[in-house]
Amino acid sequence: MKHLFGIAELSAERIRHLLSISASMQGINRRSIKKAPALRGKTVINLFFENSTRTRTSFEIAGKRLSADVINISASTSATKKGESLLDTGQTLAAMQPHALVIRHSLAGCCHFLADFLPHTSIINAGDGAHEHPTQVLTDLLTIEQALGTTITGKVMTMVGDIAHSRVARSHLLAAQKLGYHIRLVAPKTLLPVQVERFGCSVSHDFDEAIEGSDIVYMLRVQNERLASACCFPSVREYHETYGLHRQRLARAGDHCLVMHPGPMNRGVEIATDVADSLQSRVLEQVENGVAVRMAVLTECIMHRDAAAAEAAENEDEDDED
Amino acid sequence: MKIDLLIQHGRLIDPASAVDEIADVWIHDGRIAGTGCFSGKAKRTIDARGMIVCPGLIDMHVHLREPGQEWKEDIASGSKAAVAGGVTRVCCMPNTQPCLDHAGVLAQLAARNQAVGLVHLHPIAAVSKGLKGTELTEMRELAAAGAVAFSDDGKPIWHAGVMRKALEYASSFGFLVIQHAEEPTLTAGGAINEGWVSTQMGVPGMPAEGEDSIIARDIMLTRLTDARYHVAHISTAGAVAQVRAAQQQGLKVSAEAAPHHFALTEEEVLGYRSDAKMSPPLRTEADRQAVIEGLRDGTIAVIATDHAPHHEDDKRCGLECAAFGIVGLETMLPVSLMLVREKVLSLSELIAKMTVNPARLLNLAAGRLAKGDIADVCVFDPDEQWTLDRNRLYSKSRNTPWHGKTMQGRVRHTITAGKLVFSLPEAS
Repeated sequence: MKHLFGIAELSAERIRHLLSISASMQGINRRSIKKAPALRGKTVINLFFENSTRTRTSFEIAGKRLSADVINISASTSATKKGESLLDTGQTLAAMQPHALVIRHSLAGCCHFLADFLPHTSIINAGDGAHEHPTQVLTDLLTIEQALGTTITGKVMTMVGDIAHSRVARSHLLAAQKLGYHIRLVAPKTLLPVQVERFGCSVSHDFDEAIEGSDIVYMLRVQNERLASACCFPSVREYHETYGLHRQRLARAGDHCLVMHPGPMNRGVEIATDVADSLQSRVLEQVENGVAVRMAVLTECIMHRDAAAAEAAENEDEDDED
Repeated sequence: MKIDLLIQHGRLIDPASAVDEIADVWIHDGRIAGTGCFSGKAKRTIDARGMIVCPGLIDMHVHLREPGQEWKEDIASGSKAAVAGGVTRVCCMPNTQPCLDHAGVLAQLAARNQAVGLVHLHPIAAVSKGLKGTELTEMRELAAAGAVAFSDDGKPIWHAGVMRKALEYASSFGFLVIQHAEEPTLTAGGAINEGWVSTQMGVPGMPAEGEDSIIARDIMLTRLTDARYHVAHISTAGAVAQVRAAQQQGLKVSAEAAPHHFALTEEEVLGYRSDAKMSPPLRTEADRQAVIEGLRDGTIAVIATDHAPHHEDDKRCGLECAAFGIVGLETMLPVSLMLVREKVLSLSELIAKMTVNPARLLNLAAGRLAKGDIADVCVFDPDEQWTLDRNRLYSKSRNTPWHGKTMQGRVRHTITAGKLVFSLPEAS
């Protein structure tokens, strides 16, 4: 695996493989000396064009715990020049010969776009527009399967909120098809992309009805000011009433139901504080597991690159002998 | 006396006179001197055996980018692209800088075109001053300066009240108003067609209803004003159905389709390919079939390219940021020939949509090959297969979705007003 663009490019076997490497990385994170030599001498650049605390920090810690040299860059973008500066910045950084570029950008497809111009660098998607956020979904899968003590296959995930603008939603919808779990989307039509049911999910506008029988309730962040001004819902008050997760609503699913959120949470908007801090909430495990997943992803991408380079060098040597 | 140019033994197709036969065409003093069996002497002879000989093509939807954006295209490069595609008459759209809203700019264009001397240039002038959609241009003066129709293309005439007045005023003098049908409040932020493809890609979409709703309104206004209304680059099933219904009611509503809208679908943008991004966007297979049906039954009388050159810098920046548009002059004929191969149209019907039909719509004495007509001729091989290489286009820009694709049908010679302005180089 040279790049990680999205869940779309991964087979079920590849997802399982990444989850099993991730599980093996968890031990490093719980030791007192949190350092392993796997990526010593490797350079990872985190190139973030959008604000991010948890994903950027998670990638940074993941790289450092594996002894990679990690450089963080926060680039701001103006709306008109954002594509141009992405290419220039990408090429500039690639010229410094990093092994991997971890990219977050508001442009869907930014990784596909950059990879065409940067043939020698592994590109890892840390969130591209409303397209994909694969490491978040791998993190969720690891968290869910460890919490349930079984595979996710056959389980029901109810996902609530701004599906239309969510890269996490798209990555989950793809993963659900590959691993065989069922997603119920819950949102008003204003927050659902057209024809979304073609992902094989079900769609509901009634949270109370949809939450019954769920194994996981997955709440998405709602950018309340932006969405209200775009007429996606009338007010935070009405949104919370209709689509917020609070204790009574969660009770309809039962005590076994996991509560998840990719963060950052808007308490009192999509999720009530008592639910966010409840025993059913797995939000902090998601964050913890994110480090292990990103360690696995960095290792897989960079080691693939090394193996390919070694093979090329070997072929060259053979040529010399002839 | 020797005549200037003889085109010998070709299959002459002139839809205006319903001619389709093996015949010679001879040209003298810039005009068609005769068709049939030539006996006499010519200064120059083109052997057109196995070729189609037809009127020079008319492209009524071209962005030449001059004045103002000459790094994308100019009259010289755009004309070369045109004649390489068999096009001898180019209708250029007004969204230049300055825009074509003043007779002085048209005079400047005419002078430049005369200096280049490859095609006839027929400007389409702006409907509104500065393309701002608020005040009407001096249409009569612009028409006197050569404007053949009026449009704010690139943008819709959005304001219903302004559109009503534009249709009323233009139709007082028989002028045609061409609409870029797009409801901007429905398409804002969109980069591709809204549908399953945009949902999968996470890219903001533009719904078909953005096109259909403006056309619905405009047809009502056309009925109200008894005007002549033309839909540019029609792309949706809904739009085709509305235009058909309006025509059945006797309204003076017409439409053109661009080759990409009947040859390609939205799936072309998968992989975030910005060379398949244009406005209106590539639509669904059902829309594509509806456009083809509209061409077949005559609802869509014209094929026009919406040739929209853009520099690499404006395309090489990710799908959402990339400029809208593709070049089309050099691919119009080979791409459109698929309609003949798929038995949608006869060769004569296809040629009519690129010659006499747009000529009639624009009141041009052109697009036909009768004795005495200005000698604009296209000679093409309908069967030759070749591979399109964007680096070998005559256009300054390379934004084509057909790079590396096999084309069938190739222009061999183009004659504008009796002058041989293009011959396919040997061994290319």
